[in-house]
Amino acid sequence: MTTAAIPILAQAQPVIPDFGRGSTCVRENGTFCWGWFKDNWGDVFQPALVQHLWLTAIAVGLGFAIAFVAALIAYRLHWFETPFTLFTGFLYTIPSLALFQLLVPITGLTTTTVEIALVSYTLLIIFRNTLLGLRGVPDDVREAARGMGLTRSQMLWRVELPLALPAIVAGIRVATVTVISLATVAAFIVDQGLGAPIRDALQKNFNTEFIAAGLLAVILALIADALIVGAQRLLTPWARRTA
Amino acid sequence: MGEEDGVNTFADAIRFIGNNTDLLRDKIIEHLELSGAAVGVSILIALPLGIWLGHIHRGYFAAITLANVGRALPSLAVIAIGIALVGLGFVNVLIALVVLAVPIMLTNAYTAVDGVDRDAVEAARGMGMRGRDVLWRIELPLALPLIFAGIRTATVYVIATATLAAIAGGGGLGEIIVSQATYGIAGVVAAALLVTALAFAAEGGFALLQRAVTPRGLRAQRERSEPLVGPAVEATT
Repeated sequence: MTTAAIPILAQAQPVIPDFGRGSTCVRENGTFCWGWFKDNWGDVFQPALVQHLWLTAIAVGLGFAIAFVAALIAYRLHWFETPFTLFTGFLYTIPSLALFQLLVPITGLTTTTVEIALVSYTLLIIFRNTLLGLRGVPDDVREAARGMGLTRSQMLWRVELPLALPAIVAGIRVATVTVISLATVAAFIVDQGLGAPIRDALQKNFNTEFIAAGLLAVILALIADALIVGAQRLLTPWARRTA
Repeated sequence: MGEEDGVNTFADAIRFIGNNTDLLRDKIIEHLELSGAAVGVSILIALPLGIWLGHIHRGYFAAITLANVGRALPSLAVIAIGIALVGLGFVNVLIALVVLAVPIMLTNAYTAVDGVDRDAVEAARGMGMRGRDVLWRIELPLALPLIFAGIRTATVYVIATATLAAIAGGGGLGEIIVSQATYGIAGVVAAALLVTALAFAAEGGFALLQRAVTPRGLRAQRERSEPLVGPAVEATT
């Protein structure tokens, strides 16, 4: 079976991804050809999956750094909350494909464009959850901490942030699955991530590639979601009793 | 690409809008037809089910799981899988959009009705109201703002995702965005601006509608804590 030629044939006629030399399943454009998927895992899907993870990790990391600091500022300075919420809410409402394209004239067809857009979708979620988490710390607890002589920053790092952790992690969780979803759209800008095989499948009208890339993205999102829930349980054993 | 180019592109995009009003009007109508159909079908599926489950206080676990899975579903992936299973065209895109919109609406409707103040329900029962009266005269009016929040979030999401639907032959503004070879960068940016405007119009319109359906007694307490990002229930789960 000659499968190595497939990725190069992006300009070929539709529905015949392998010039008729592939398996019956591939020639007839069956719903899912397991053999083709296995043969192309190493060249197509694994790299796309790794790129997808990188795009996501960078976006969530940067987004967390910005939103977390912003939330700490808003926790101390109340006036900061409204403008930051309005600005990030504005970004959040822009449809992803549109935001990518609107950035292209400014930052070009680059990973920078993709990351700016992806980061901008994480900000509102992480900011809101962090702030709500911090504000949700019971006043009794704060009083007790102050009574024990903790300084303001000790109180923040030893009492308030640990208690806000479940809400913060919940924000990271929503942000992560959101970015995994939107990173598929990034393929319209750069040839990266699990959206790339979807675009390739569009040019070839090739069912197996649609399903493989689509399912991988869905599975990735579900696994990431479950892993973050698990991490949250491990990080906050005290929250389990009340939950 | 310099800053000068960027500014020119946006100026070209504005000019494109001026020169192609007929094309853009048609695409906007297509976009709204598709989004409207998807929102309509989703409402018919999600609201009765969510409200009923909330009314009988069953299916908490199912509702939360559905919300989490629904939120995790990458929209482009759902559309891609839909192409392979259903084929290209309006129906495929409609199905994909409904799959993405139903969880948002259903979870909100469920939590809205399930979370209605038990005291209010008890009082209604004490006054002699039966199940259906309680639902229509107590639970629904009190749950309406949150149910509407779900419809609003889902609608903005559908309008955004309908842009991607163009790759599956769904038409709409996305068709221009993914066809740079035909419409040029100016057309792409113009369509991106318009679809953004649509999303904001939907967001704003529904915000007003949501206010209008909020019972007067609830208004004062809701206004301060209104969730900006969809279902607020997930914040701490």
